[in-house]
Amino acid sequence: MPRRYPYTIATALFAIGIYFGLAVTVADQYLHADISLGLPVAARTLISVFSGLIAAVIWLTADDLKSSRRAHALILAGIVLMLIGTWFGLFVAPPEQFMGNVQRIMYVHVPTAWNGLLALTVAFACAIFYLFNGGWKWDARMEASIEVGVLLAFLLCCQGAIWAKPTWGVWWDWDPRLTTTAVLLFAFLGILALRKFVDDPVKRAVWSSVATIIAYVDVPIVYFSVRWWNSLHQLQSNPNTVSKPFWIPLRANAFGILFVMVGFIMLRARIAALRLETEMAPPPILSNEIGEQLGEAV
Amino acid sequence: MLTAALRKEVLLQWRTRSQMMAVFVFGAAALLLFSFAVGPVAEMLRQFSAGFLWLGLLLSSTLTLAESYHAEMENRALEGLLLLPSDPRALYYGKAIANWLQLWILGVALTPVMVILYDAGTTRVLELVAVIGLGSAGLSAPGTLYAAMTAQVRSKQTLLPLLLFPLIVPALLASVKATSLLVLGDPMGQIRSWLMLLVAFDAIYWSLCGLLFGRVVEE
Repeated sequence: MPRRYPYTIATALFAIGIYFGLAVTVADQYLHADISLGLPVAARTLISVFSGLIAAVIWLTADDLKSSRRAHALILAGIVLMLIGTWFGLFVAPPEQFMGNVQRIMYVHVPTAWNGLLALTVAFACAIFYLFNGGWKWDARMEASIEVGVLLAFLLCCQGAIWAKPTWGVWWDWDPRLTTTAVLLFAFLGILALRKFVDDPVKRAVWSSVATIIAYVDVPIVYFSVRWWNSLHQLQSNPNTVSKPFWIPLRANAFGILFVMVGFIMLRARIAALRLETEMAPPPILSNEIGEQLGEAV
Repeated sequence: MLTAALRKEVLLQWRTRSQMMAVFVFGAAALLLFSFAVGPVAEMLRQFSAGFLWLGLLLSSTLTLAESYHAEMENRALEGLLLLPSDPRALYYGKAIANWLQLWILGVALTPVMVILYDAGTTRVLELVAVIGLGSAGLSAPGTLYAAMTAQVRSKQTLLPLLLFPLIVPALLASVKATSLLVLGDPMGQIRSWLMLLVAFDAIYWSLCGLLFGRVVEE
């Protein structure tokens, strides 16, 4: 394995992210030990977020789409983290003061939102890379991250509706973030449909890159226009407005979904790359052996 | 080069003006049908009139936009145009401006239908025409780019709205809001901010789509 070191760096970064994002809080809350190395909360949060992001990007770009072993390992780690997050979220964290147990869906909802946006941002980056350097891996990664992003956006809409029913009394509310997610979902579903309808691989890759860039640029415009139009959603929280017992399930799930997402994108990109390979391969020469087999089949 | 491309598009549209007439009838029929969804309550129809007008225009636009590459698809004329020693952007902007003018005229022509059916008149006619112009510019810039893609694939009639509708949500929202403020009155003076949103949307997509068009049509 000549290209192992990027994975080593990325894994180390993931470990740093989980250490500062999760382990410090767990130790502080349940073991009453201070392992924060003297860093303030804001710095720890920033380090955690950025090391997680950079590690995910390294992991995705270093992947040569040849084997699926690493993706499987990452998905497994993600599932473990999500199980921890679910256990803390359902049984350990206290119910929220005003919303009660309904609020527990936030431990899945918020990480899904972060990772969904991240997946579509990855798709946008892949689209730009494809248009500039034309590598087929970028096309495969773009297809994969759009699909995973669409899946997360769909889950996000479902979770939002489940949360809105007991809280606001309706399944759907026209608040900016919910509406933007729905618009995003349809915009990227359209791009997936476009990919299905175009047979020429070059045209498919270029067109879906162009459509991805156009749709991604639309996201902030949709958000602000809907915000002017109607607003109800609660404002974004930050570590200062979320009390400590709530951090652990939120962050465990955030890293868990991140791992699963990166693993899914790697697996799906590999499938896309294999399909591209067969699409672009020259027609097989009918050797005698194949000819005989064909003859038998007929 | 741009003027030549624009001249070609306008000439083509003038020669197929019966199609334009058919699209107008389609839009007017849509406006008539929308009122059956609400029922004959004059006050409610007036309330929703701006939304109906823009939905009618949006549905009509998918027909005109999908048709706008019809001539280029025959006898591989698009390749011939691209072989000319000129920028493909001129081709895009010529077509986009022609589509914009067509939608603008269509929107202005549908307005009297809205006024009569929904009793939604306004005295600020010039401002209404400007709002329709800005809104149809927002539809035609991404619409012309996407039509260039979908004209070349099978089932183009499904794919164009699928790609276009989610994208133009901000333009549609701002146009409906601005039109409705003109029709129902604007005591808070909000129309300015919606017009700014429309102008920003138009500026972003008229430049971005022009930038990307060259990649879409290259062979």
